[in-house]
Amino acid sequence: MPTNRIDHRFAALKAENRAGFVAYIMAGDPDLATALDILKGLPAAGADIIELGLPFSDPMAEGPTIQRASQRALANGVKTRAVLDMVRAFREQDIETPVILMGYLNPILSYGFDRFAHDAAEAGVDGLIVVDCPPEEADSLVDALDAYGLSLIRLATPTTDDVRLAVVVRRTSGFVYYVSVAGVTGVKSAEASDVAPAVARVKAASGLPVAVGFGIRTPAQAAAVARVADAAVVGSALVDEIEAAARLNENVTEKVLSKASELAKAVRSARLETA
Amino acid sequence: MNVPTKPNDWSAYPDAKGRFGDYGGLYVAETLMPLVLELDRAYTEAKNDPAFQSELRGYLTHYVGRPSPLYFAERLSQHLGGAKIYFKREELNHTGAHKINNCMGQILLAQRMGKTRIIAETGAGQHGVASATVTARFGLPCVVYMGAVDVARQKPNVFRMNLLGAEVRPVTSGAATLKDAMNEAMRDWVTNVADTYYMIGTAAGPHPYPAMVRDFQAVIGTEARQQIQEAEGRLPDAVVACVGGGSNAIGLFHPFLADESVKIYGVEASGHGLETDKHAASLTGGRPGVLHGNKTYLLQDDDGQILDAHSISAGLDYPGIGPEHSFLHDVGRAQYLTCTDDEALAAFQLCAELEGIIPALESAHALAKLPQLAKEIGPGGVIVLCLSGRGDKDIFTVADALGRTI
Repeated sequence: MPTNRIDHRFAALKAENRAGFVAYIMAGDPDLATALDILKGLPAAGADIIELGLPFSDPMAEGPTIQRASQRALANGVKTRAVLDMVRAFREQDIETPVILMGYLNPILSYGFDRFAHDAAEAGVDGLIVVDCPPEEADSLVDALDAYGLSLIRLATPTTDDVRLAVVVRRTSGFVYYVSVAGVTGVKSAEASDVAPAVARVKAASGLPVAVGFGIRTPAQAAAVARVADAAVVGSALVDEIEAAARLNENVTEKVLSKASELAKAVRSARLETA
Repeated sequence: MNVPTKPNDWSAYPDAKGRFGDYGGLYVAETLMPLVLELDRAYTEAKNDPAFQSELRGYLTHYVGRPSPLYFAERLSQHLGGAKIYFKREELNHTGAHKINNCMGQILLAQRMGKTRIIAETGAGQHGVASATVTARFGLPCVVYMGAVDVARQKPNVFRMNLLGAEVRPVTSGAATLKDAMNEAMRDWVTNVADTYYMIGTAAGPHPYPAMVRDFQAVIGTEARQQIQEAEGRLPDAVVACVGGGSNAIGLFHPFLADESVKIYGVEASGHGLETDKHAASLTGGRPGVLHGNKTYLLQDDDGQILDAHSISAGLDYPGIGPEHSFLHDVGRAQYLTCTDDEALAAFQLCAELEGIIPALESAHALAKLPQLAKEIGPGGVIVLCLSGRGDKDIFTVADALGRTI
């Protein structure tokens, strides 16, 4: 097992001179078995890093798409332990693709920080994004994650000025997630021209790779971001695909992986086109 | 967990990190962090600015109608045969509840901060009406998020908000009640960071809201403390208030915290009963967690998912509670009792019949504990109850519960 899958992956991307494609899906959406199939298929579809949503009853930073995905997962009875089991099952076939869990603090607090860090690391999780846990409140969580070699990935946003940025990047590792728009997931889109200077600023302050997300829906948008950032994150557009395919009784796994491939291709070739 | 010890300086809370012991704090998305930190700075400045305080006092006097009376509820006291009961008459404020005390403070702060658009969440609609009222008075646009279920059961208040020029946006996500309305208001705020001020209606949310809302509501307790000494020549033996998020309660309690002889009682809504899954008693039936920007007692399942609350009173129908109440509960300075829907309904009718006051269903939860408290404290004792709102808004709910049609 690589000692640190996230660092390893970004080093490899840098060597290839391309940005990474980060795919987000919600654990347990549309159901646990299908979500596991999708998860297992994502690396072959071109996902360099996977963000796996931990469902929460009150996802305050999500737009309607991921709110509904969260509700579907909870209606399916998905528990935190089942999400960790999903990652464990994924690791039976893939020991290289970083898996980041993305969710809200209360389910993790309820599980217990130390127990969660232990079980997540053992399952093969690499990092955690906790939307409602700013640096001011993160010390005890970071202590627990550090003990098991997990990264707490921090979010920087358009409202993060330089003074704030110094606070945000304290005690972080792996990469920084730049939220490219002020808003919830999957609603507004960012201008690539605004993203470039922000990415440079975050890189300089953190010394870490920067992934950009929150407003990327199309291959063209993903490619534009891939030219200026270390990785492009797509979530709502994939989750929309899952929802639509499930509603139409289509093959959900096939549909979403095909969408992921399209986006991955755009990200992979983005810098070649400009070169 | 650390065993809390009773602090001797209650004004020391929250600390610099916005904590009341283990509770409170600021758990919001990074996009909002600069905004809540700016709000904290702006509020601290305003609080210490005599001009701000004087302007607020002026509006409280001439627009809200303060001070509200402290009224000796003679017939109810006689009926219960124990301690003398006084009502702090917050239902006589403009808009009919204590909510306006907070809204008046926050609208002046929002203006001072140069904000041009106000958003708010509401359950029963009382905070929504108070928000719509102050935004009308100061000429700012206002969007009120309200669960679709509450929109349906509180139609008169929706109409009031519309008359006052506010836009009411029904929220259909989740259980479509107060907590979902609060989620949606947070989503609006995170999307409109430059111009929008989020006017939270209760003493909860990220720091500085719990402290700020408490400070604006503390006018209730400050007045009551002075009024009861004028009426009785001494402090009361007990103060009592209903607790949902807990803003009227913390407003009454806070000025009495250092008076060790004064017992403090909050009353949570236990809906169909604590043994059922249909209640709203976060302290009595929940455990600590993080939601809506603060750490506090919450109704949640074993996996940390937030549960839907239930109370006949839409204003108490919330699965959390202000963090200072969690703190007062843990350190034992306040005791939290519970009251079922049925007990509240009975108290609602008793108060109307004996005192000629139709109380809000929220306030009826506190009223329902008076027989027990009046007896415990006994004749010669004095109790102050916060009559937080009037019950006109609740007549349809009550008629329905009593099987009558209006």
